[in-house]
Amino acid sequence: MKKVLLYTFLIITSAITLIPFIWMISASFMADGKASVYPPVFFPADIVIEQYNHLLTRLNAARSFFNSFFLSTVVTLVSLFFNSMAGYAFAKYRFKGRNKLFSLLLINMIVPSQVTMLPLFLMLKSVGLINTYFAIIVTGLANIFGIFLIRQHCLTIPDSLIEAAKMDGATDFQIYRKVILPLALPVLVTLGLFSFLGTWNDFLWPLIALTDESMYTLPVALSSLMLEHTRDPELMMAGSVITIIPVIVVFLVLQRYYIRGVMMGSVKE
Amino acid sequence: MSKTKKTKDYKSSSTAAYFFIGPAVISIFIFFFIPVIAAFVMSFTDFDIYALGSFDTVRFVWFNNYLRLFDDPLFWQSLLNTCYYVVLATPLSILVSLSAALLLNAKLVKLKGIFRLSYFIPYVTTLVAVAIVWRFIYHPKFGILNYFLGFFGINPVDWLGDPNLAMPAIVLMSVWKNFGYYMIIFIAGLQNIPEDLYEAASIEGAGGWQQFKSITLPMLAPTTLFISIVTIVGYFQLFAEPYIMTQGGPLNKTLSIVGYMYNEGFRWWNMGYSASISFVLFFIILIVTVIQFKQQKNPLS
Repeated sequence: MKKVLLYTFLIITSAITLIPFIWMISASFMADGKASVYPPVFFPADIVIEQYNHLLTRLNAARSFFNSFFLSTVVTLVSLFFNSMAGYAFAKYRFKGRNKLFSLLLINMIVPSQVTMLPLFLMLKSVGLINTYFAIIVTGLANIFGIFLIRQHCLTIPDSLIEAAKMDGATDFQIYRKVILPLALPVLVTLGLFSFLGTWNDFLWPLIALTDESMYTLPVALSSLMLEHTRDPELMMAGSVITIIPVIVVFLVLQRYYIRGVMMGSVKE
Repeated sequence: MSKTKKTKDYKSSSTAAYFFIGPAVISIFIFFFIPVIAAFVMSFTDFDIYALGSFDTVRFVWFNNYLRLFDDPLFWQSLLNTCYYVVLATPLSILVSLSAALLLNAKLVKLKGIFRLSYFIPYVTTLVAVAIVWRFIYHPKFGILNYFLGFFGINPVDWLGDPNLAMPAIVLMSVWKNFGYYMIIFIAGLQNIPEDLYEAASIEGAGGWQQFKSITLPMLAPTTLFISIVTIVGYFQLFAEPYIMTQGGPLNKTLSIVGYMYNEGFRWWNMGYSASISFVLFFIILIVTVIQFKQQKNPLS
């Protein structure tokens, strides 16, 4: 009896969390005006793809999709490279000012990014980089959270492994490339996932830094569409679907790494 | 001989270290530290739309921007709105996520993975996209929320159009979006509680509620504190939800601090003034973070 109650409750609450997505997907396959009805329809009577056609042909959603995908990929690869090198050095090298520098970098974690946006905008504008991919990429090159997670992981790698590689005549970069990176792979996947989804979902900075429609990422394109097409729920839902589906797919494939990352971030602090 | 070798080794290895940290440290300095310092300086200037054309027009006004904030009703409104949002959304998020974590941690439950996944999905999805979905969910005539409430005899409500309900509606969406994340952290916290504590308690005859009160809650205190801080810091940066769902309205009742900063800085180009708003936000977040550092002695170990 208790079990039945528990499951009923779990199923109802899961349904509540998922209903917005179900309605979104179903409305995105409806013809104009078909989602603005009472009572609401959760499964379209006729499945039409005109909203997706509209997005792709008239609203250039493919371009926004490409922008989002390209930027998320570049930011992920570059930040993984920069953060992993730095995290490794902070864990395994002794150099002057190491601890002071690391503490200084921790400030990166407590200052809200909104504070940097006004000067960053002016800086990039003065060198003509506003409204370019560069404007988004530079803010994601490296961050202390990533450096910190990789440093923690590298601390668990025994020095003897590094010493052995050195004996074999490996250079510092070879050790990083051939010994450290393979051992840090799980953390790198986790961090890469965070950074890909973080860049994909980011809104405020792209809204500020990307001023031309052809440069918009999906969230920015969606928000500008929203302000023009308030009365077209079917079209807006199709836009939301193409924004959300890639995120859900990537997450589902790599969820193990994601969940582990959430726990690492919390337990370590 | 061996001594010189050692110093040479140390030297070459610290060159390598600087090579490794260089790219990350330099980019953080250029694209984070310099802007933060510049923002601080800007907050003492009258940087405005004319200054965008020529930096020569910028004048230091010292504390005038901050003093102006004191007399700016719209700033107070945005601060008040944001605090209202934080005060409402934080305990609700914690309550819902803790309940979900307890449920999923119960031994009776099978298929934990599937339930955990469905609770967690909203958190990873794109905020702008789900805010758009919720905007239609809250539609007074065709929205599914009013439809479901109709089953309970509740008349249609204009969620986002009513000045008293718009912010609570945004809170509701935020709780839906975020609770899965805190739930995961709570589950990790619950699994760290040693099983024998409960065994000892049941031998002594403590019931479920008593065990929860005297074992689970106290053992979860550090986790709860961590989650509270993260939630508060995150919620103070409210921006996209009102931007998409209400544009700060009705009657500025959902205008947030970041929203006001964005309007002043990037809509009206009062960038000096906007910078001072961003530092108020920073100050609030700093206070919250300092409380965390005080509570947890060594955050690095």
